[in-house]
Amino acid sequence: MRVFVEGVGVRGPGLNGWQASCAVFAGSAGYVPAPPVLPSSEWLPPAERRRTVPTVKLALAVGGEAITQSQRDPAVTSSVFSSSCGDGETIHHIFEVLASPEREVSPTRFHNSVHNAPAGYWSIATQSREPSTSLCCYDASFSAGLLEAAVQATVEARTVILIVYDLPYPEPLHAKRPIGATFGTALVLTPQAGERSLARLDIQLTCGGATPTAMSDPALEQLRIGNPAARSLPLLSLLARREAGTVVLQHIADNRIDVSLEPC
Amino acid sequence: MHTLVLSHLSIVNSLGAGLAATHAALRERRSGLQPCRFETVTLPTYVGEVAGVDEVRIRADLAHFDCRNNRLAQMGLEQDGFARGVAVARDKYGPERIGLFLGTSTSGIFDTELAYRRRDPRTGALPAEFRYSSTQNTFSLADFVRRYFDLHGPAAVVSSACSTTAKVFGNAARMISAGLCEAAIVGGADSLCLTTLYGFHSLGLVSEAPCRPFDAQRNGISIGEGAGFALLEKATGQENGDAVLLLGVGESSDAYHMSTPHPEGLGARLAMERALAAAQLSPGSIDYVNLHGTASKTNDAAEDRAICDLFGTHTPCSSTKGWTGHTLGTAGITEAIISALSIRHGLLPGSVHTLGVDPALRSRYLVENQSARVDRVMSNSFGFGGSNCSVILGRAG
Repeated sequence: MRVFVEGVGVRGPGLNGWQASCAVFAGSAGYVPAPPVLPSSEWLPPAERRRTVPTVKLALAVGGEAITQSQRDPAVTSSVFSSSCGDGETIHHIFEVLASPEREVSPTRFHNSVHNAPAGYWSIATQSREPSTSLCCYDASFSAGLLEAAVQATVEARTVILIVYDLPYPEPLHAKRPIGATFGTALVLTPQAGERSLARLDIQLTCGGATPTAMSDPALEQLRIGNPAARSLPLLSLLARREAGTVVLQHIADNRIDVSLEPC
Repeated sequence: MHTLVLSHLSIVNSLGAGLAATHAALRERRSGLQPCRFETVTLPTYVGEVAGVDEVRIRADLAHFDCRNNRLAQMGLEQDGFARGVAVARDKYGPERIGLFLGTSTSGIFDTELAYRRRDPRTGALPAEFRYSSTQNTFSLADFVRRYFDLHGPAAVVSSACSTTAKVFGNAARMISAGLCEAAIVGGADSLCLTTLYGFHSLGLVSEAPCRPFDAQRNGISIGEGAGFALLEKATGQENGDAVLLLGVGESSDAYHMSTPHPEGLGARLAMERALAAAQLSPGSIDYVNLHGTASKTNDAAEDRAICDLFGTHTPCSSTKGWTGHTLGTAGITEAIISALSIRHGLLPGSVHTLGVDPALRSRYLVENQSARVDRVMSNSFGFGGSNCSVILGRAG
């Protein structure tokens, strides 16, 4: 499958936006992890903005950055969201309340607990009535999202925004599913090359194992291994370096996805 | 897009295990809703609980996947010769050429709810035997089914609340069209848990009586659970006349509110229009619409508006949630399979528990069952976050 990247968004520790992070990904600036900044989306109406949780802030921040860079209208862009763990903070609070005698679940927490909450807020923020899907593929959530977004772009010949994010669980779930740090990324994918295309991606799903591409910087490699959304880092690095190359992403079990990138 | 045939189906819900049990209950107008006695839940409500889930033993080699949701999934996989159908397809296409696109809204979180009662009083830690990845994580369902059948094709779980297992038909159709697999299993499992029972209650959306879709006195949903699966293969044109085809899928977003549908049903209407466009059909060619019809005041009013705007007031439609309850993440596959039964058996199910249709609703809502030839059915599923999906199924011959 062949698609073109028109916009990129990224948020993570010490990574506050694509432009600000390109030098780090390209290796021309050192990587200094620091708590990520998660702004509230100005596109949301005030009532919704007040209720947004970190997952929604993260997803809307990276999605907003990528779609702005592409200059595409989000209202006519389909979206694919993917996350391993969804909103860990919210579900933890619900579990605590349900283990207490009162069991008084907050209605806002409950509707925020659905896996597609960021997709719902994105649709409200962008006034998009286009199709949107929300996936989970455990550690392969980035590659599964990329595959689905590329399939939608090619089969339905339309622009698709891919938004992938994961945040650490609070304890006690963190001990059972440790996510190292907050990380989110977004890619605007189109089926045809355009004047704002940054790169061409050729994506191939292969049955048969291979070692996924690693990051050479130890701190970035730790981020990649520690957060399913950060499995995107080798691809983001190729994009930042504007170099042709191929990265291998782990898919499910013994499947892998090879992504060959050619700058436009 | 290729035309796909639903070559094997399986279902389990509060009406019983297997297609015949669901079909018989629909014919006999026997609802699966009972006063809630689930676990320690004290809410005054009715639920569609599946009998025998606690007794299911997860296949020994997959014991680490043991949780209520995967037990329910395994019950589904073992009905209606489904596993045999998948084994034949596996031999025919190869395990790497069968995709797996399943849905669940709450996966195995019931077992995490129980684990939170057994935290270490000193450290707060969860019990040592609690396994996150194979139970609570949303992907656990597909990981379990993938291993159950030893499949190696592309796989994902879609989790978009109550539209989930309608949307998986779209995922499968796209993946097959893109050549990433030759066939696909779609469907899913969603099981009762305290999060949804107390959560929907907190929103004031749960009825104290069995739900009454489209009734003037409707006052909320009844929650159910279930599992359902369909094997999708490319149609050859040689199918027998009773074979059921996937004709079209339409998806949309409301862009309105997280837990309330657009009052004019704009998103719902868009999903239905897109499904019709994908199937290259006009509204007049649909014989029956299986509604989302949750029995909440706002859902039924918005859906009725969308139906009347698109179809007018002549197309027969009904909600079957009075039978099964709202099975949330499995509503899509449950009602797609009921739609397939409708085509196979010429049955237009009415609406149990609905006593008097709300005069403010104008669509042709069926309360009593009808027998008629059914060639094409639309099934609607709408969820939190304004996620909408309509699926059109049709007779091959």
